[in-house]
Amino acid sequence: MPKLIINDAEVEVPDGITLIQACELAGVEIPRFCYHERLSIAGNCRMCLVQVEGMPKPVASCAMGVSDLRPGRDGTPPTIYTDNEMVKKAREGVMEFLLVNHPLDCPICDQGGECDLQDQAMAYGFDGGRFADNKRAVENKYLGPLIGTYMNRCIHCTRCVRFMTEVAGVEELGAIGRGEDMEITTYLEQGMMSELSGNVVDLCPVGALTSKPYAFVSRPWELSKVDSVDVMDAVGSAIRVDSRDREVLRILPRPFDAVNEEWITDKTRHVWDGLRTQRLDRPYIRENGKLRPATWDEAFGVIAEKLDGLDGKRFAAIAGDLAALEETYALKQLSDALSSPNTDCRQDGAKLDPTLGRASYLFNSGIAGIDEADAILLVGTNPRLEAAILNARIRKRYRADPHSLTVGVIGEESDLHYPYEYLGAGPDTLSQIADGSHEFLKSIEGAKRPMVIVGQGALARKDGAGVLAMAAKAAQAMGALTKEWNGFNVLHTAASRTGALDLGFVPGKGGKDVDGILNAAEKGDMDVVYLLGADELEVDRLGKAFVIYQGSHGDRGAHRADVILPGAAYTEKDALYVNTEGRPQSGARAIFPPGEAREDWKIVRALSERLGKTLPYDSLAQLRSRMFADNPHLALIGTISPAETAVLANLAKTDGKVSKGGFKSPIADFYLTNPIARASAIMAQLSAMHAEAEEGATGTDG
Amino acid sequence: MLADKDRIFTNLYGLHDWGLKGAMARGAWDGTKDILARGHEEVIEEVKASGLRGRGGAGFPTGLKWSFMPKESDGRPNYLVINADESEPGTCKDREIMRHDPHLLIEGAMFASFAMRAHTCYIYIRGEFIRERERLQAAIDQAYEAKLIGPGNKNGWDFDLYLHHGAGAYICGEETALLESLEGKKGMPRLKPPFPANVGLYGAPTTVNNVESIAAVPDIMRRGAAWFAGLGKPNNTGTKLFAISGHVNEPCVVEEEMGIPLRELLDKHCGGVRGGWDNLLTVIPGGSSVPCLPADQCNDLDMDFDTLKDLQTGLGTAAVIVMDKSTDIVRAIARISYFYKHESCGQCTPCREGTGWMWRVLERMAEGKAEKREIDMLFDVSKQVEGHTICALGDAAAWPVQGLIRNFRHVIEERIDQYAAKPIPASVPVAAE
Repeated sequence: MPKLIINDAEVEVPDGITLIQACELAGVEIPRFCYHERLSIAGNCRMCLVQVEGMPKPVASCAMGVSDLRPGRDGTPPTIYTDNEMVKKAREGVMEFLLVNHPLDCPICDQGGECDLQDQAMAYGFDGGRFADNKRAVENKYLGPLIGTYMNRCIHCTRCVRFMTEVAGVEELGAIGRGEDMEITTYLEQGMMSELSGNVVDLCPVGALTSKPYAFVSRPWELSKVDSVDVMDAVGSAIRVDSRDREVLRILPRPFDAVNEEWITDKTRHVWDGLRTQRLDRPYIRENGKLRPATWDEAFGVIAEKLDGLDGKRFAAIAGDLAALEETYALKQLSDALSSPNTDCRQDGAKLDPTLGRASYLFNSGIAGIDEADAILLVGTNPRLEAAILNARIRKRYRADPHSLTVGVIGEESDLHYPYEYLGAGPDTLSQIADGSHEFLKSIEGAKRPMVIVGQGALARKDGAGVLAMAAKAAQAMGALTKEWNGFNVLHTAASRTGALDLGFVPGKGGKDVDGILNAAEKGDMDVVYLLGADELEVDRLGKAFVIYQGSHGDRGAHRADVILPGAAYTEKDALYVNTEGRPQSGARAIFPPGEAREDWKIVRALSERLGKTLPYDSLAQLRSRMFADNPHLALIGTISPAETAVLANLAKTDGKVSKGGFKSPIADFYLTNPIARASAIMAQLSAMHAEAEEGATGTDG
Repeated sequence: MLADKDRIFTNLYGLHDWGLKGAMARGAWDGTKDILARGHEEVIEEVKASGLRGRGGAGFPTGLKWSFMPKESDGRPNYLVINADESEPGTCKDREIMRHDPHLLIEGAMFASFAMRAHTCYIYIRGEFIRERERLQAAIDQAYEAKLIGPGNKNGWDFDLYLHHGAGAYICGEETALLESLEGKKGMPRLKPPFPANVGLYGAPTTVNNVESIAAVPDIMRRGAAWFAGLGKPNNTGTKLFAISGHVNEPCVVEEEMGIPLRELLDKHCGGVRGGWDNLLTVIPGGSSVPCLPADQCNDLDMDFDTLKDLQTGLGTAAVIVMDKSTDIVRAIARISYFYKHESCGQCTPCREGTGWMWRVLERMAEGKAEKREIDMLFDVSKQVEGHTICALGDAAAWPVQGLIRNFRHVIEERIDQYAAKPIPASVPVAAE
């Protein structure tokens, strides 16, 4: 541990860090623009200059390793000054240079109030500039529907370029030109094709890259900010929801190392306009084939009538992909009260079974576990589309040391932004790995932390159970199941799935799964189907069943519904979600649900009362305390309760049948995977942009 | 004055055969194998003892630089890279070596590579040097053919030499930008540390040397360090190519002893200053990047590293730019400033923004369209650039401006007064750049 003297205070710092990190540890603030903890070091803004005793020039602290510093001749530790005259002058000089060609249009700049340049100019700059000539003018660039550019403001820190190249893995941004004519551009001026492109807006320390949909909407100090969790995929990224009055105006990432670091996908970030359109803001009842607005009382009345004296076997409940723990728990209890065994949360038909043990449906290694992995086998999953943040984590691991990671893919071939060995399309290849005959096992020989990641594409098929068992066997063959390391991972695509499986929202004894429910409904054997935000179904197969739809958006489910109970979207309720790792996380209410819409658990609770089967809780706290009593691990918000590994060995022993036929990713369009996204105009634009790029990629069109 | 027998570059003017035959007749490749047989350390010691200082501008002792290279490989190869990206305005010495005496460079590359245990050497040649590249490549081909270099050559040290053509960017003469460019990336200087001797070309230990430094090595090895050290002055030993341009009667490149008085250099080799010595206004002693010296400091001026450093300027590449009293010194420095603005790579802030700022102010000062307080401001701005950048281009852009203000402040002030007395209305609007 090297010792340093920073501004007369001696500190001991870990080896291998840079001076800027050491100063931070010592509690000394160093201004910076280009430096970012999660990107490579550029050292180009020169704002972080400090003085190191014995060096004639000021030193860029972001690029100087503490181990590169030599102690003084008399053995005193390296001495660093961050607040003397020389450093002050250097910072003022750099700041003055940065402002030479910066337009100072803060009053009309969206970054105003949260601008690094603004803040640091106040803290470290001169009170006025001396540059009297004309400023540089730079043409704005087109970077797609998400990112607005005001290139006059660019200070050439290259954070955006480094992010796109390093984290996103798409070499779409770069700098052309030289000297003060240097410009950041995509060159061909097409929209950026990365699922993570929106993060460059956060990274931009000035207002050169701003959020296009949020342009001129609000000032940061007008917004109320709520820490919440994302539900667009099963990763459960930490987000901050910014709202004003009754509208969510933007969604930003929160730093959370264990899950999303500080990135979120474009879908997470820009889905908020979908929260305003297609909303169900009052109950509806279908009369004479048409939906008409109704009161809550009328709606409950119709339901009560239908359920009166109904055999529980002719009632079914399906939980959708965005349902939180609370409403899922309440609906499960309501189904039990109606003595119905027909509950299911696996809309896509994935053959996951909580009775096999928790380890059989969790991402056991944890997302942070990817950092340690040395071999990864992707089975029937395209993580780039199913969990873009997790894919970026794999890329991060790849970049950290490309030679010590082997990635194999069974399923569809696609660009994952890191190299992989393509092993095969389906169960045939997987069985070769499971029985130890595949060559891939040789190439990962000696791997200490191998991972198998099974996607829903491999499980949501008739032979899903067999594939799951075989994947467990493959994990065993790869040496992924040891005492210290559980490398068997299921990657979910739905935010609700892990939690619903934890709560046992699957068919009870003699109960029907989603396919069974739909079959029964088609045949007329199912009288009432309760859809809790379930839209990813073939609703045509619901036949003549009476459909109750509870949810936030008028999507497929609502169109088929006979009664609509308007619920709250994820930004409108305090609710818990369990991500694919099995980590319970708490979402928070940023705004109230629109119109007469209510928080979902309250709707189920109110309905139960009307049906004469009152659920035993009157508040969220009561509901949660009951739920936690039944499922203690859910009470540990934010932490993972590791699952028993031994069950996987048992699972591997089972011999499920598998068929031929390759695995297919369950995601047809990344931007349109749920009702909120389908209601979003921004998502529609992105989807169209990608479709166009895929079709007409001749290079001459447009 | 340097005696003919002590010249290293005996075909500097291309009067004789540049090819292998001619070069060997002049002594090249003579006893190379025997010298190599003395061992790696011996070669480095000899160069150290000769006191040879890098001829590319910074004047860092060459032998010392070589000794930084790892003696034992950790699996990575060592590389020698020769910087032939001679782009500094005023400097035109390396091209004479490459087109008229290329075998000196090739043999020097052999010695240097051997000393540093490098089996591969790259020469990065300036983009505009088309004929020079053809000539040098032809010479390399001759050497390969004669089995003087290449795998399994006569001299007993496997050694490959590649010539790489740059694209004409001044910044690629900076050693780490050169390495980036050589790797196929955008020519932008790297952060140091790590220095190239640890992490250089393709991540391997690398030494970058100037053409002239390398080309001087064969003669040092053959004639001995004592001969070289006996020329010139202590700590500024040997011979040096001076490239004299500007207002002299006969501009030329000439090999002379280090420390030769400027006046002798100009009078003996260049036919004197145009209009006589008293007509001298200023001299830029080491290429456009060093500060100029006023005439009164030029009378007994020794041309060596240390003397010029003491006068707050530098020997640089020994490209002497002479300006007589007909020169508009403010416009001249403004033009130099434009060059640095144009060649700034744009990576780091002070240089990117500062070079353009300095140039714009100087352009106005050249016409007098400025205020006197701006002179101090300009000096301050140049100080804000100097020493705050990733590479030395920031310093190179700042020094000429500082030299101008230090020595010719009165000229700028007069110009401003003149303009203030009779301002010229802007007749044609000029578009903002």
